[in-house]
Amino acid sequence: MQALTFATPPADAGAEALRGEVRRFLDDEMPGRTPLQRAASWSGSDPAFSRKMGERGWIGMTWPKRYGGHERSALDRYVVLEEMLAAGAPVGHHWIADRQSGPSILRHGTEAQRQHILPRIAAGACSFCIGMSEPDSGSDLAAARTRAQRVQGGWLVNGTKLWTSDAHHADYMILFCRTGAREGDRHGGASQFLVDMEQARGNGLTVRPILDMRGAHHFNEVVIEDLLLPEDALLGREGDGWAQVTAELAFERSSPDRFLSAFALLTEAVRALGPAAPERAAVAIGRLASHTLALRRLSRSVAGMLQAGEDPALQAALVKDLGNTLEQDTVETVRLLVDAEPSEEDGSAPLAAVLAHLVMTAPSFSLRGGTREILRGIIARGLGLR
Amino acid sequence: MSDPLADSAERLFAAHAGKDVIHAAENGVFPQALWDAVARAGFTAALLPEHAGGVGATAAEAMALLRIAAAHSAPIPLAETMLAGWLLAEAGLPVPQGVLTVAPVRVSDVLTLRRTEDGWHLTGTASRIPWARDAAAVAVLAEGPDGPTVALLRPDGFTLARHGRNLAGEPRDTMAVDTALATDAVAPATFGPTQLRAAGAAVRTVQIAGALSRALSLSVQYAQARVQFGRAIGKFQAVQHNLAVLAGQAAAALAAADMATDALAGGLDPLRVGAAKARAGEAASIAAGLAHPAHGAIGFTQEYELHFATRRLWSWRDEFGNEAEWNGVVGRAVLAAGPDGLRPLLTAA
Ligand SMILES: Cc1cc2nc3c(=O)[nH]c(=O)nc-3n(C[C@H](O)[C@H](O)[C@H](O)COP(=O)(O)OP(=O)(O)OC[C@H]3O[C@@H](n4cnc5c(N)ncnc54)[C@H](O)[C@@H]3O)c2cc1C
Repeated sequence: MQALTFATPPADAGAEALRGEVRRFLDDEMPGRTPLQRAASWSGSDPAFSRKMGERGWIGMTWPKRYGGHERSALDRYVVLEEMLAAGAPVGHHWIADRQSGPSILRHGTEAQRQHILPRIAAGACSFCIGMSEPDSGSDLAAARTRAQRVQGGWLVNGTKLWTSDAHHADYMILFCRTGAREGDRHGGASQFLVDMEQARGNGLTVRPILDMRGAHHFNEVVIEDLLLPEDALLGREGDGWAQVTAELAFERSSPDRFLSAFALLTEAVRALGPAAPERAAVAIGRLASHTLALRRLSRSVAGMLQAGEDPALQAALVKDLGNTLEQDTVETVRLLVDAEPSEEDGSAPLAAVLAHLVMTAPSFSLRGGTREILRGIIARGLGLR
Repeated sequence: MSDPLADSAERLFAAHAGKDVIHAAENGVFPQALWDAVARAGFTAALLPEHAGGVGATAAEAMALLRIAAAHSAPIPLAETMLAGWLLAEAGLPVPQGVLTVAPVRVSDVLTLRRTEDGWHLTGTASRIPWARDAAAVAVLAEGPDGPTVALLRPDGFTLARHGRNLAGEPRDTMAVDTALATDAVAPATFGPTQLRAAGAAVRTVQIAGALSRALSLSVQYAQARVQFGRAIGKFQAVQHNLAVLAGQAAAALAAADMATDALAGGLDPLRVGAAKARAGEAASIAAGLAHPAHGAIGFTQEYELHFATRRLWSWRDEFGNEAEWNGVVGRAVLAAGPDGLRPLLTAA
């Protein structure tokens, strides 16, 4: 077995000045937002807020300046992410683009694709959705059936994507689909495409809402029938889709959104319990804080490893699995410390509302971005067991 | 890792801390050859500032050595000698050669210093003192007339009221002290019992990370080698997932060790040390509870080496404060910070 190592997060002297700037920004922007709004965490979307962040230079922070980026360090970026998430800021509009789609385009895109899209993402003016899952392909992404066929002048796409978060708002989708035969390799013959959603909607691509169990419209079914994509919609190399998508998932799995999704509930619990809370509550709250601090250390370490060009797939999976467990633990811990019946109805106390929101969203934490079982499989492979 | 210091430590412990040495140590034979090799390599002085006899290592390097020693279950008071040397050096007292340890280590134990005509007098009882029986000197953090005071106590200044051991077979003795001390063996402390407890918790956190990494690697190796139902048990998904959880706890313990190391190098913030010790302690419990089932009955024997790691985990998680104690400290800090102070408290660099 290879020794499990997490590199020391790189030191960054400028990060603390930046933290002050971000906190001042949040002090100005956040007071009007209720605890329940904050509880939505990175699912909460506000395009105006994203634009303001873009103006500050807080999206696409590590990207080259020629693509609208700011050439800041991964740790600078980390400071912005964690301050936004801990405050419950509505970062959803740009989140996926900043976290994974932009970095994928930077890595695999053509010069024209980069020039065309990255500056808009960095401005907070361009949102992305992820077209991976399908009706018969969830955890088993390689079983995707959606197919793009080479035709005169481009690609003709047919298939159905499912659970596509924000497909009803997004400007682009990165679509994962088949382009060739597997030829013995289950992971072969797949590619990724950049789909301009505005052009595609109504021209072969239909977005149908799916309400989640809270009754909210967050994800969708995306039906694709004879959608014609231009030649230059291909992202990266034909047939390299599997490798590209796996690299994308490493960006998706280690950032602080994987352990701070329940932070609003911790905040409300601290407010409700107050400094004179019984020892039992102090111990339980302390435990959540201790776990948060340890995860923060691991997650910052992975950020540093990604910046250094390493491939921390194992470490990222470990962070997500531990992080989702903490998020779900937070809900179960807080419930037992306070006397609140969870309810999002109008007039509910903030704690009851935030608790209700998290009770009802927590199951998704260990599904989205790869289920707990799939992550543990990846970890087992990293340990040399598979 | 291509860190020469760590590599040489790996080699040294692999060569000198074998199963026989550990068994013998548990049966009362001090591992002199191992200790001499460790001292000769400068490891025992790794946490000392250079003016006090240090070797110019950083706190992070010193803690890496400690983690490796723990991963090999090296049955020696390396953590205690580092801690005692650090306590003495902080107070400006000389750091003797040889095995050192610290006292007291239990919250309820107090050693009291009072002034005499020509010096000092130290009295009291201190229980569960690591390796007191083997110590060339004990660094004592005593209650003095002007507050916390450090005293350098030699073996002729105390008797052993009890020879005890922790679950891992490491000496944990009760010292009865009633002795005169010269003026040059006493100095005002720059901190109190809370910080000593935090420093102790920090080194135990690092040791837990080491022992846990050992429990993980043994479990993975065993799962690859042991065949049942015609295949290696590591091919069964249930086993894979348990070991993945074990790896997560090993990762969390490594993070905790890094946090503890940073705290040790800079002010011993009780929030950071507490979070580290509590997280590592919880990791120890979960991990030991997964490493054993993965091994079946062989892991339950004295012959097989898993217990060297797990018995250390079960001992160290309770020394210098368990999870409840430290999570309570962290929780109080969080609750005192309040909803608006929470975010800055947790995201402070
Ligand atoms: C809120 C939310 C938002 C989402 N947003 C998006 C999005 O924007 N874009 C997108 O593409 N997808 C999205 N998803 C889909 C998500 O990626 C999938 O739900 C996930 O990959 C699991 O697939 P599935 O739901 O089909 O479950 P399945 O794969 O059918 O799994 C069902 C159960 O079986 C287990 N299982 C499956 N295979 C194995 C195995 N080999 N070993 C052990 N256990 C196994 C799983 O762990 C799970 O417990 C979203 C999901 C949620 C909940």
